[in-house]
Amino acid sequence: MAQKNYAGVTIEVTEEGYLVDSSKWNESIAKEIAKEEGIELTDKHIAVLKFIRENQSGLTIRKVGKSGIVDIKGFYDLFPGGPLKLSSKIAGINKPTSCV
Amino acid sequence: MTEKKDTKVKKVAIICAKASIEDVYATLVMANGAVMEGMEAKVFFTFFGLDAITKKYMNKLHTSTVGNPGMRMPGGLPFPTLLGLIPGVETGVSAMMRGQMDKLDIPPVDEFLDMITAGGGEIYACKLAMDMFKLEKKDLSDHVIDVITIGEFYNMAGGEGSQIIFT
Repeated sequence: MAQKNYAGVTIEVTEEGYLVDSSKWNESIAKEIAKEEGIELTDKHIAVLKFIRENQSGLTIRKVGKSGIVDIKGFYDLFPGGPLKLSSKIAGINKPTSCV
Repeated sequence: MTEKKDTKVKKVAIICAKASIEDVYATLVMANGAVMEGMEAKVFFTFFGLDAITKKYMNKLHTSTVGNPGMRMPGGLPFPTLLGLIPGVETGVSAMMRGQMDKLDIPPVDEFLDMITAGGGEIYACKLAMDMFKLEKKDLSDHVIDVITIGEFYNMAGGEGSQIIFT
């Protein structure tokens, strides 16, 4: 287990940088994790992150694509280079285990 | 002593030559898994694999109920090969398999191609097999970028950290 300092709070993260306790998450923390990944969060990002947090069990790219917030192409554009993993990390939830 | 250096996989070139549900889905899951990880993915469909990108057949793929030792009845008993010969059984089993996959959020073939191409994956069809099955580009899914030869496919499959996979 590692510790990171985000938005003035020290938080426990896994080796790969996912928050250990998802309830410690807030938007300021999300902004800082996103910055580390080279992403500047917009309102659209935040809407997707909220959807992901509310639907974390059995989360797939397909579900995000059907959320009505963003289509799959848009999801790739928002979180380039690994949308499901990146968005889960920024949303403060566990690393996704889905293959689809 | 030589220094061990791990090169990450950056690109996969996948060749699919069969039309059964399991072969096609292995291809699609691997291609989609690659784009999800931020890798490049290029898929080449040839021979019976062309069914997976042919509009008429793509969402009606079958699995074989004959000569398939992995096939079991619901509950786990072995599936008698002779049962698989009865008309309609293969269709029923295949539909059941597609239903099971849908529950796991594994999409139908056309939607899977939507997902792969949305992530930047590229789909190609084999020219030789197209000629053999008398297919034209218009018979194929709109996601197919081009009809090419295997040589052309190899030429785009190179580079550091690239892998060619045959299913």
